[in-house]
Amino acid sequence: MNSASFTMPTKRDYSLIGRDARLAVETGLAAAQWYHTEIPRKEMKELMKRSDGPAIRDTAIWLGCMAVLGGLGVYFWGSWLCVPFFLGYGVLYGSASDSRWHECGHGTAFKTRWMNDAVYQVACFMIMRNPVTWRWSHTRHHTDTVIVGRDPEIAVMRPPDLLRVALNFFGILDAWHAMSDLIRNAAGIVSAEEKTFVPEQEQPRLVQIARIWAAIYAATIALSLYLGTILPLMLIGLPRLYGAWHHVLTGLLQHGGLADNVIDHRLNSRTVLMNPVSRFIYWNMNYHVEHHMFPMVPYHALPRLHALIKHDLPAANPSILHGYREMIPAFLRQLRNEDYFLKRELPATARPYRDELHSERAAAAE
Amino acid sequence: MSNWIEACAPDDIDEEDVMRFDHAGKTFAIYRSPDDEFFATDGLCTHEHIHLADGLVMDEIIECPKHNGRFNYKTGEAKGAPVCVNLRTYPVKVESGKVLIELG
Repeated sequence: MNSASFTMPTKRDYSLIGRDARLAVETGLAAAQWYHTEIPRKEMKELMKRSDGPAIRDTAIWLGCMAVLGGLGVYFWGSWLCVPFFLGYGVLYGSASDSRWHECGHGTAFKTRWMNDAVYQVACFMIMRNPVTWRWSHTRHHTDTVIVGRDPEIAVMRPPDLLRVALNFFGILDAWHAMSDLIRNAAGIVSAEEKTFVPEQEQPRLVQIARIWAAIYAATIALSLYLGTILPLMLIGLPRLYGAWHHVLTGLLQHGGLADNVIDHRLNSRTVLMNPVSRFIYWNMNYHVEHHMFPMVPYHALPRLHALIKHDLPAANPSILHGYREMIPAFLRQLRNEDYFLKRELPATARPYRDELHSERAAAAE
Repeated sequence: MSNWIEACAPDDIDEEDVMRFDHAGKTFAIYRSPDDEFFATDGLCTHEHIHLADGLVMDEIIECPKHNGRFNYKTGEAKGAPVCVNLRTYPVKVESGKVLIELG
């Protein structure tokens, strides 16, 4: 029995303007210096090098498959034969857009800036994330990864709301919140939380984009009503629901069940080896420790980065299933004790964790 | 009055690369452009305190290693989110096999 058994779990305040947000600043957890593995400059430069080729190829496959699957879905609309085509189209729309939004937001997918920006805008629309808001929220996510009260992108808070997680496999709550935010932003309202990470000069563009998107959705709904069919919505909007499952499946593994309030990505992020189809949809974000440690490295170079630094990282989970087998029990245990987390074991070749830099809550891990 | 400080030797920096230079409690970034010219800026990103010398030089752009904020290192101009504040630049010259930076 460890000391955590005698202490009351600490209730977390995830508000970006709440108690834990203030505490994170006061204790130096906000905008801290994070651990990273040492890599010689020449090798790092090679890894960071940009190119257009891989992303042009992958984007052509992505959008080409969407056109074919969507076209066949429309062709077979009205019969059960349309189902597999829409299932495929939905995953490319409602899940692959998550990783495209992410990579292009970092500006690393393509070498050519306008290509990053174009794919970023398209992918943001599909995944229903305002490109201005989410560029800044993701910036904060990288500054303060899983720091309570600072990180606006914590997917599973403690204690875990497992119903919310389950609903999000179908995008239900995410899409609801996205639409609520869209309408609010389109009305010209920027929330107090958004104001904590979106600079003032960027806020008018946030509103402008919300208005453009609102017009697109309104036109799609109007077309559906005019034609008397939901087919237009099956192509625009609804795939964010029926195709969301893959990005939630992979995304939960990024940080789920691991430590919070630490400044070492080896403790709060998870690398999972997975099948090539999932890696294509996910654009190699399964190498998540590596991505957080070195966000400048493009997705196509992450396997090389992994090979270079794996001696300094916890062993990668060998499969999605393996990741869930450790994560789900951790979620269940956090229902009873929200201080509990999975402490990642380091190989003998790794530099040790600096426990003095991390939260006293580490005592809750076993 | 000008105050030229020796920062490094030209060969200390590869072409299209950057290195860190610390002096008098301040940190700077010294750049060598693809056409073999030298430039200097403040060493920390204006968005957050991250050393630009760990970033990526592409033509006349330095990209911050943490959030991919981009600056023109020749002019210091911030090139868009998440960087909004320009970078301070410093005159640089190469003399007698040394890269000198003027700190004013």
